[in-house]
Amino acid sequence: MATKAARELPSQELILPGTRSCAACGLMLTYRHALKALDEGKTIVAVPASCMTVLHGVYPITPVKVICINNPFAATGASVSGIVAGLKAVGKEGYTVVAFAGDGGTYDIGIQSLSGALERGTNFIYVCYDNEGYMNTGTQRSSASPAGAITTTTPVLAKLQHKKDMIGIVEAHRIPYIATASPAFPLDLYDKFVTAKSISGSRYMEVHAPCPPGWGFPNKDLIKMGKLAVDSGIHVLYEIRDGKFSLTSRSLRLAEKGRKKSVADYVVGQTRFRKISDEQVRRLQEFCDERWEELVKRHNKDNG
Amino acid sequence: MADKIRETISAASKPAPGEAGRTGDWRSQTPFIDHDKCSQKDTCLLCWLYCPDGVVGRDFPLEIDLEYCKGCGICAEECPREAITMAEGKTRDDVA
Ligand SMILES: Cc1ncc(C[n+]2csc(CCOP(=O)(O)OP(=O)(O)O)c2C)c(N)n1
Ligand code: SF4
Ligand code: SF4
Ligand code: SF4
Repeated sequence: MATKAARELPSQELILPGTRSCAACGLMLTYRHALKALDEGKTIVAVPASCMTVLHGVYPITPVKVICINNPFAATGASVSGIVAGLKAVGKEGYTVVAFAGDGGTYDIGIQSLSGALERGTNFIYVCYDNEGYMNTGTQRSSASPAGAITTTTPVLAKLQHKKDMIGIVEAHRIPYIATASPAFPLDLYDKFVTAKSISGSRYMEVHAPCPPGWGFPNKDLIKMGKLAVDSGIHVLYEIRDGKFSLTSRSLRLAEKGRKKSVADYVVGQTRFRKISDEQVRRLQEFCDERWEELVKRHNKDNG
Repeated sequence: MADKIRETISAASKPAPGEAGRTGDWRSQTPFIDHDKCSQKDTCLLCWLYCPDGVVGRDFPLEIDLEYCKGCGICAEECPREAITMAEGKTRDDVA
């Protein structure tokens, strides 16, 4: 049952105020609503080195009310495998184990341990919050950074390669649930966490998490930027349940009514794209259009 | 048992507000709600929904926890009735 209004969300906050993350952080808003879908006493979160570690605070205090285990950068998938095995060994039932890693920790350095965990069918939810760079250490390029973006490791030509198809790689593991989400659409995001929690086996979610200091846009525009990403087809909202593909929320409406925003509308408000050439915008548009056509076709085929 | 494990094998933090101090001090602008302009209906609550830091209340008239509000301005930007405005400064008194 889809959540239709803010008031239907649980009022309980599992993150106490006064956190270390930046003002207007897309990851904060993501985590806030994700935790509303999970049980306070029955959730174990695992995080690698990232902005998420910073959000979780400095010993001996944390703002977060669920159990969280910090891990070495590459080890998240291995760590959750151990947590799940440990819970089973001591006979503890009803826990949801959730990994929360950045795109650097997922697309690049954590991909091996993640693939291992998915291949074993480990019973957990893996969330990649994609802020499109190594933000915690100062906006270095990752394989999730979009083509045309200036990062501190692509300062001259801007990034030349398109974002890696991480979801394609994850899908090749044939896991029961994959979803994309955005904190600019919190109700859809919440519903997907509720669904993910209700399924057993390996589940993967990818959340597009705008980052004002890393992307270079005003704090107040966090929601606008997240929406623009979906409206322009840079990020598409969908879920794949046992192989069945469905567009959701705004992306479903765009498939019915047509897309009106372009990649040019999206890049213009972000200083990381200040060096993007017209040719690069055109190629990024092509990249998004091709993927959009494929996804709409797949939606129509599976929901025909 | 859990506490014993904490003491012996791991450095485990305990939850408390203000982990990073009074983050309201980060603010250079402060949000104000005009309660006459706010719909005061729980069919809206967009300011509550979109505040990344969860410092907007859910009971009307709405209150913002200015001890921790980081002054990002999202609530003001997203309010459909323009009931929230950002004013220069860290506190209400700065503005009055
Ligand atoms: C093996 C290793 N290399 C480098 C680092 C330094 N480091 C800590 S966090 C981080 C960036 C993480 O980027 P990402 O996973 O995208 O998460 P984000 O910071 O964007 O939240 C790096 C490089 C580390 N902790 N361990
Ligand atoms: S750098 Fe970006 S992702 Fe990291 S805490 Fe700041 S806004 Fe959030
Ligand atoms: S200014 Fe930002 S932190 Fe403060 S109440 Fe509004 S949305 Fe929340
Ligand atoms: S978004 Fe504006 S109108 Fe809606 S509840 Fe908040 S202050 Fe009131």
